[in-house]
Amino acid sequence: MNEIEKNIRREFIHELISTHGAERTSLLPVLQEFQKKFGYIDGHSQQEIAFAMNIHPVEVNSIISFYSFLYESPRGRNTVRICRNIVCDFHGSNEIADAVRKEFKMNSGNTSGDGNITLEITNCFGLCDKSPSMIVNENVYEKIDKDSALKILRGL
Amino acid sequence: MNNLFMKKDRKGPVLFSEYTPGSALLKAADMSRDDILFEIKDSGLKGRGGAGFPTSVKWMLTASADSDRKFIVCNADEGEPGTFKDRVLLTEYPELVIEGMIIAGYTIGAKEGIIYLRDEYAYILEFLENKIEEYRKNNLLGKNLAGKEGVEFDIKIRLGSGAYVCGEETALIESLEGYRGEPRNKPPFPVNTGFLGCPTVVNNVETLASVPHIINKGGDWFHKFGTDKSTGSKLFSICGDCRYPGVYELPFGITINDLLEISGAENTKAVQIGGASGLCFPESEFGRKLCFEEISTGGSVMIFDRSRDMLKVLKNFMEFFVEESCGQCTPCRIGNVRLLEGVKMIERNEYTFEYIEKLKELCGTMKIASKCGLGQSSPNPFLSILENFKDEIFGKHLNQNHDEKGIKKSGITEAAYC
Repeated sequence: MNEIEKNIRREFIHELISTHGAERTSLLPVLQEFQKKFGYIDGHSQQEIAFAMNIHPVEVNSIISFYSFLYESPRGRNTVRICRNIVCDFHGSNEIADAVRKEFKMNSGNTSGDGNITLEITNCFGLCDKSPSMIVNENVYEKIDKDSALKILRGL
Repeated sequence: MNNLFMKKDRKGPVLFSEYTPGSALLKAADMSRDDILFEIKDSGLKGRGGAGFPTSVKWMLTASADSDRKFIVCNADEGEPGTFKDRVLLTEYPELVIEGMIIAGYTIGAKEGIIYLRDEYAYILEFLENKIEEYRKNNLLGKNLAGKEGVEFDIKIRLGSGAYVCGEETALIESLEGYRGEPRNKPPFPVNTGFLGCPTVVNNVETLASVPHIINKGGDWFHKFGTDKSTGSKLFSICGDCRYPGVYELPFGITINDLLEISGAENTKAVQIGGASGLCFPESEFGRKLCFEEISTGGSVMIFDRSRDMLKVLKNFMEFFVEESCGQCTPCRIGNVRLLEGVKMIERNEYTFEYIEKLKELCGTMKIASKCGLGQSSPNPFLSILENFKDEIFGKHLNQNHDEKGIKKSGITEAAYC
């Protein structure tokens, strides 16, 4: 990361802290909003956040590693979540996930070769009555199948 | 707008009954704090997250705690697999939840309310914020609310970040404070030492949503539904192998058979009640009742028909717990891994009954030694599925490896698995 990018991130961190405050309770909202803008929380920004909030950098890192929806490494531009709970599994979510991986040539980190999509196999997200379901960024798709899922994702 | 937010034609005795937004608030504003507490006490309302702690006791303890700052936290971290009733409440009945929080805040003397919304429900965030803003505009949130001098309450929403354990109230508070969502030792309970060390009420979405109806129609009315010890109604999230999955509001004391009939389930082999951490019931027990005194549940009902492989169900649940254990205490962190290994051994047909017995002992240890509900309840599916479906799970291997008494034939050594 070059200095210009670092500066952009630093400025944004200070902006976030001036709206949320520098107390410890603001740490999660700051991390969440930072991630929303930049996609992931890089090591350098973790340190910036730590210094600005007067927390040890290791603490910040430990928070990110604890929560499964906070990320330390770059990800695809779109996040696709498919549920792995048994009800969705019995309704074919696993096969849909496999088809998505194959279609978009995903690597072991489940990110497509062109960096457009990251697939996340998550635990139950409370759409079991409409299973199998899929959340793309913040859009919910109910009762999907292989074809409809691929069609939605091709349009991203 | 996504059709998740469209109000469906739902019918039920309490939560899904008719309600005019704002009516309970205006009524509560004319009542004294004690009157509200007594009304809640008369109703016999218990926590709807599954633990069933009496709501009136929780409120009274917080109301009597001496502190300038108190909090109402709405636990919308609905992470239990197979549960989606809170999603329905938040998208279709947000007024009930918001007003429940305001009434709770007025009753215990709290000025701040927080909704802890799981990140998987982030798509509801904007909708909820708009609703809250409407209440602010109508002077039903903020300073001197509902025209009552000196009464102040406001609500903010905080997002979780994908940790199942944060549904546990002390872990939720840790997360709100900006730490890892690791449960605390209890006592002290949140009613004395909660968010930022202040007295805090943490209530489930459904519990809070029941409050406006109780205020409007009275505790005695609420008491009429359900059984003696489990008053009122419960939202059941029914899913799996049935024709009409969805959320149903039914009085406590209903049997599993009733649920199967309502949801149009056929050919049912097993029903998992209470999500992954709940119990699995075979056909012979479908006559049992769902209520706090018999089968206590947060409302998740997963139905499996005869074509389903129960070992696969168990494996899925144990994988879930291995992933979601916060890792703070050893019985849960290691125990769940061992149980999953055991399930995989059964799957590969590389087990001995002696070792399975050892794992059942381990389940006992986890239940008494784990720090929070996650590790205490994760052995539930392991024990109940292996016990209730032993013929199916062990039966197929039995003839190959074991003689008719269930003793293993020579050639397979136990040491390999320990």
